[in-house]
Amino acid sequence: MITVKIDGRAVEIPKGSAVIDAAKKAGITIPTLCYFDLQGKITGLNSSCRVCLVEVAGRKNLAPACSTPAMDGMDILTSTDRVIAARKIMLELMLSDHAQDCLTCEKAGNCKLQDLCFEYGIKESRYAGMMNSLPLDESNEFYTRNMNKCVNCRRCVNTCSAFQCTEAIDFAGRGFSARVATPFEEDVRDSVCVSCGNCVSVCPVGALQSKSKEKFRTWDVTKTKTTCSYCGVGCEMNLLVKNGNKVVGVEPSNGDANNNLLCVKGKYGYNFINHPDRLKTPLIRKDGKLVEASWDEAYNLIAEKVTKTKAEFGPEALAGLTSARVTNEENYLFQKLVRTGFGTNNVDHCARL
Amino acid sequence: MTNSINEVLNSDVIFVTGSNTTVGHPVIGAKIRQAKQNGARIIVAEPRRIDLAFDADLFLQITPGTNVALYNGMMNVIIAEGLENTEYIAARTEKIEDLVACLADFTPEKAAEICGVSAEDIRKAARLYAKAAKAAIFYSMGVTQHTTGTEGVMTLSNLALLCGNIGIESGGINPLRGQNNVQGACDMGGLPGDLPGYQKVANPQVLEKFEKAWGVKLNDKPGLTLCEIVHNAGHGDIKFLYIMGENPMISDPDLHHVEEALKNTEFLVVQDIFLTETAQLADVVLPAASFAEKDGTFSNTERRVQRVRKAIEPIGKSKADWVILMELMNKLGYAKTYANPAEIFAEISSVTPSYAGINYDRLEQGSIQWPCPNVDHPGTMYLHKAAIARGKGLFRPTEYKPSNEPTDAEYPFILTTGRVLYHYHTRSMTGKVEGLNNLSPESFIEINPLTADKLGLKDGAKVSVSSRRGEIVTSARVSRNIKEGVLFMPFHFAEGAANVLTNPALDPISKIPEYKVCAVNIEAFDEVSDYA
Ligand code: SF4
Ligand code: SF4
Repeated sequence: MITVKIDGRAVEIPKGSAVIDAAKKAGITIPTLCYFDLQGKITGLNSSCRVCLVEVAGRKNLAPACSTPAMDGMDILTSTDRVIAARKIMLELMLSDHAQDCLTCEKAGNCKLQDLCFEYGIKESRYAGMMNSLPLDESNEFYTRNMNKCVNCRRCVNTCSAFQCTEAIDFAGRGFSARVATPFEEDVRDSVCVSCGNCVSVCPVGALQSKSKEKFRTWDVTKTKTTCSYCGVGCEMNLLVKNGNKVVGVEPSNGDANNNLLCVKGKYGYNFINHPDRLKTPLIRKDGKLVEASWDEAYNLIAEKVTKTKAEFGPEALAGLTSARVTNEENYLFQKLVRTGFGTNNVDHCARL
Repeated sequence: MTNSINEVLNSDVIFVTGSNTTVGHPVIGAKIRQAKQNGARIIVAEPRRIDLAFDADLFLQITPGTNVALYNGMMNVIIAEGLENTEYIAARTEKIEDLVACLADFTPEKAAEICGVSAEDIRKAARLYAKAAKAAIFYSMGVTQHTTGTEGVMTLSNLALLCGNIGIESGGINPLRGQNNVQGACDMGGLPGDLPGYQKVANPQVLEKFEKAWGVKLNDKPGLTLCEIVHNAGHGDIKFLYIMGENPMISDPDLHHVEEALKNTEFLVVQDIFLTETAQLADVVLPAASFAEKDGTFSNTERRVQRVRKAIEPIGKSKADWVILMELMNKLGYAKTYANPAEIFAEISSVTPSYAGINYDRLEQGSIQWPCPNVDHPGTMYLHKAAIARGKGLFRPTEYKPSNEPTDAEYPFILTTGRVLYHYHTRSMTGKVEGLNNLSPESFIEINPLTADKLGLKDGAKVSVSSRRGEIVTSARVSRNIKEGVLFMPFHFAEGAANVLTNPALDPISKIPEYKVCAVNIEAFDEVSDYA
């Protein structure tokens, strides 16, 4: 363990921690943009945005808190005038090459750049100059790439190469024209991208945005944490719900199995939920056709058939197939229904398939 | 899974076989690749050059249906070269001599001939696996969907025991369960011979316990399995069938047979979120709520119990499955009611020892992996830590047996089936998502360029594929990722359905059908004669 002083407070932290970890321990928030603690792996890899600059006593240059190792006896100041001025400059530089269309940008309200500008009172950039003008890439089925809004934080590149491990994208060009690109800058649709959307989920600004059939403001949606209903990995996710009745998006959550990753089905396969073809009422076959019925009619008919079949042919003439798609509680009740209500153990599920 | 997903990040060697992991379980696929970045070596043994084969240190492109031969060949090498973990074998296993005797002359050369790979590669795979301190095996339906599926699993277990990989962190044998809650469906007693927690119907003490807990007399005769149910339905012996949330019309082997069986059933109830192919045959269809509309829990492939939470109200007049089942039970005279799934879960914990320590309050703090015998127990990251569950790990040697349906002059090609990334099972959900349909709109059959050439088939050509059970039309996808004489089809699609062709022959123990191997013929589709 080592001891550092941060804004006058002494904290003990393990050797090898970064300055930002010391600040966390001391309960001091240092603003960040590119910093992203995904399974502790990307942390500090970036130090590309320089928003987390702090002053270290005895050092000439300001240091990025995310990637500067904390040293025993270090004396750190996180909000001096010099630090604030430097952060403002970094933000203004980013803003100087960023479309300022917050009014219509769907990321508004959930945008790190917007939040930081708000925090530091930045309305516009003093550094008017050249702006990148890159073509929109809307080729992917599920997300749009607008590299004119990219702040070169590297989050997407790191996620795609070190977590998703698809390595579909990387930086191309240098200096002002550095940009995230696919090999040979072909459309992302023609790259090896598997549409997992993990890059979209980590983009702090509006450069990577999910396409949604339903327009919504980030503050219009509620989030419910749940578990993906597709495969057996069991990724945890948040469902984004608009108006209390429509699922309009999914974002990964830090579940024990998925650690903030999802695949294309979990991330973008949600439109079946509010699909118009959903069954909305019980149906009963009458004269060969399935027609709408009430729950009572359906229940009564089923109960009558169960009783009759049991009486005529014995319980072994009944059977039930439960489902690997529904909850534990429902599987439990289903087998209980078959064993107690039908009186047979003829119950199985389709996992063998 | 004996072990947990994240343990793979610290494995030294990862042996992937019978699993197209980046497609079937994408996030685990990503983690296997992360493990590679951490320095793990990867062995892949698959009939197709799957994505992970490109990451692998060693790729063995085996002929479908020859898993057992490969694993046995590897074990022959390990024993011959003295690479087994003798200390572990002595302390924690039994009957190694049976294995040694069984494999004595099953040389890698013999295995190589059966598997269609080189003997040298089998040796390399054996050495790589055996020399690792922590080696994990990942497998899926590619091992189990064979008439010798149980033997495949047993052979893998022999291999893991031989090298001391069971009961250690980052090792183990890890079956990847296909559907989100297969694990839970089994845990909860969705099995003909097992009550919740794998407590046997045939055990009088178990039955007595449940009779007491549920307050009813129970039937002590183990029930029929899925395939037996379908078979009996076809013969008119099952008069009443209730299907919840499944679409066997597409997922079952030999579809024509299933359709006949369901039509033959006097009364069919189907409960689902869409009017699936199966629901269309029903006498009563009950509209169920989707996972977004209800509370509950799923148990994932690593035995991890996680919460499902209600985000929106049920669509239309649909109801959560648990509500429907409860109301129906009440209708049938069983009076018990539950106010919410938490109450059902409490009942589950009270009768299921492996879930005894889990409850909704604890799950609110985070997921828990069973076995979790009491509320102070943290859950179990990997199994068999102190000792193998049944005492000592038993070697159960098995010899390779060929697949049920060999190729012949009439059906000269091997067809194997599997998944694509963009669809899920019978597409009842993914088929409703436009973007996913655009990425994977229809059925296809993968064919090696040389095979295609011989048959005069071009990429995209319409082809007709036939087996002893039926014939379908689909389009050819010419690919070097599959070897000569072998064809691959995804099973998701209702049009050009692979399961019209597949062989319903069952593994005698697990009763899983042999989806992964059947004999077929393929030829250019001739509009005139085929429509005539
Ligand atoms: S969607 Fe996934 S694969 Fe595609 S670029 Fe983003 S992270 Fe990479
Ligand atoms: S997000 Fe993908 S990998 Fe995760 S549980 Fe869902 S389907 Fe499986």
